[in-house]
Amino acid sequence: MAVLERPAGADRPHIVASPPGTGGEASSIPDRVLMKGNEAIAEAAIAAGCDAYFGYPITPQAELLEWMARRMPEEGRVFVQAESELAAINMALGAAAAGARVLVSSSSPGISLMAEAMSYMAGSRLPCVLVNVMRGGPGLGSIGAAQGDYLQATKGHGHGDYHVPVLAPSSIAEAIELVGDAFVLAERYRTPVMILADGILGQAMEPVRPDFPTLDRQAPDWNIEGAEGREPRSLRSLNLRAEDLERHNLDLQAIYAEITAREPRWTGEHLDGAEVLLVAYGTAARVARTAVERAREQGLKAGLFRPITLWPFPAAALRDAAGHARAVLVVELSAGQLVEDVRLTLDGSVPVMLHGRMGGMVPSPDEVVEAARRAWSGTEPAVSIGPAETQQGRVR
Amino acid sequence: MTVLQGPAGVEGRTIYKRPSLLTNTTSYCPGCGHGIVHRLLAEVLEELGVGGRTLLVGSVGCSVFAYDYLRLDAIESPHGRAAAVATGVKRYRPDKVVFTYQGDGDLAAIGTAEIVHAAARGERFTTIFVNNGIYGMTGGQMAPTTLAGQKTTSSPGGRDVATTGYPLPVTEMLSLLPGVHYAARVSVGDPGLVGKAKAAIKRAFEVQLEGHGFSMVEVLSTCPVGWGMTPSEAMHRLTTEVMAAYPIGTFVDRPRGIAPSLPQPGSPTRSITEGF
Repeated sequence: MAVLERPAGADRPHIVASPPGTGGEASSIPDRVLMKGNEAIAEAAIAAGCDAYFGYPITPQAELLEWMARRMPEEGRVFVQAESELAAINMALGAAAAGARVLVSSSSPGISLMAEAMSYMAGSRLPCVLVNVMRGGPGLGSIGAAQGDYLQATKGHGHGDYHVPVLAPSSIAEAIELVGDAFVLAERYRTPVMILADGILGQAMEPVRPDFPTLDRQAPDWNIEGAEGREPRSLRSLNLRAEDLERHNLDLQAIYAEITAREPRWTGEHLDGAEVLLVAYGTAARVARTAVERAREQGLKAGLFRPITLWPFPAAALRDAAGHARAVLVVELSAGQLVEDVRLTLDGSVPVMLHGRMGGMVPSPDEVVEAARRAWSGTEPAVSIGPAETQQGRVR
Repeated sequence: MTVLQGPAGVEGRTIYKRPSLLTNTTSYCPGCGHGIVHRLLAEVLEELGVGGRTLLVGSVGCSVFAYDYLRLDAIESPHGRAAAVATGVKRYRPDKVVFTYQGDGDLAAIGTAEIVHAAARGERFTTIFVNNGIYGMTGGQMAPTTLAGQKTTSSPGGRDVATTGYPLPVTEMLSLLPGVHYAARVSVGDPGLVGKAKAAIKRAFEVQLEGHGFSMVEVLSTCPVGWGMTPSEAMHRLTTEVMAAYPIGTFVDRPRGIAPSLPQPGSPTRSITEGF
């Protein structure tokens, strides 16, 4: 057991769990550390070379801000606690325009406030990584884990024709990996990128390897730094001539087409010969994964398809995975958002059912096994949202 | 360079030289003050020798076009957010000269939170706040800075202070904040005032270059189209009615010891204690 320093509340040390015989006990770098998701994401961003962080307190992501409040100044980098999420994302916009590698984090209501600047950043082609630790909605909602922001994240936070890549980790270890990948995507395509987590991923502690990946850097050739000796650059989304703005939109669409062709990511378990295919991401996928194991122990040939990029949606892979299934069951912590992309992808080729919980409620694995069994036998309704005992919201 | 030749035998002298940071033309309406303010900015940055490392943070309104007319690297901001954007720019690149260029609709209405908190944090950039008391770009609607009784397209009977409040004295309000190291209000109403305006803008940038906190200049300006006036009528209104409502002057220059006298924490003023 060893201890990794914490920013606030040093009375709650991180416990290092080195499996016996791995040699981790003797090493100065512990092989695995227990970390809160919010803190792991923050530290991963620092390792990835994040130059500037801007945030505003909101549960359940506040630890991310707190971690950065201590660590960024230690590293001689920029940290500002803004007066609002509006200001935080616009500070990010400014720093990104100046060429910084920027991280911003918030939770659902704050993301709604950031939507305007997301549109500007997409329009002005500014790279930035934005973490949404989702909570229950609508409105102020709850602080529990929920996935009600799927449509907002994938179909557009702000106004105008744009998309941003959305990465959905399902564990804290994966979140660490995706932070670096998010910066890579942001800079490769000059776009904001969203990491879509939830209250459980933000608040839970899991063992992770503390050797966070580092990231190379290429000096940008588009940022503002002063026009000494060259023509001035202006980073903007305003384009008053219709012909010019359409051309700009076509350029953006070409980038989105390239991202859609090159960047979809997914993973799966027991996809070969799966008769009932569960589709889930993030925390819902953790439950679905356990449900698949239990279903298989009980003789039901279940598999799990887990999108990692929610945009671009891994449509071709899902079509392949669902090829031999007699039913698809979408498990989400929302009332029918992911299921829209699944239905659009499968286009009626196989029955698609929804099992959704909301407001911070998380289904139990057994509840999902039951839904999977009914899906397999054709008795699961197309839409089942809420607790099983109420039957509320069931639509056949 | 524009050179006027004097009478035969008299040596010509330069009376106006276009600053190199200024482009050739603007699309602003005749009599609009933006062109004057742009020219002053270009002259000041050129005189200070910092044009090549100055970053313009634009805003929304007619001011959005500044990046077309000033030969500077520039970033556009969402409406009202320039002070937050400039915070991000300057924090990451403290070696650059950073300024926002904002109108009164942008700064004094939708952007009040951003400007107040940037000033409160003492962010080390400069704000050029062009106040013409109206939303010019969208067709002349009432702004928080519109004078009492002034007719606009959204106050057709004249601004009624009973229902729409009083003109917002932004610079006076911000002057109270310890993070504000320079704050002045100037006007472009006549050539003498333009000279003073230039001096204030220069001083604001010097304060930034010396590494002090937030600096700002409010420039009282015109909107002849929005005001329903000819350019000369608008200039007359600016020097009379508008300047009567918004007094010009240097409110804060902390490096030179000019600061508003305020009761300090823990030392209530005599008048208050006597009142009790």
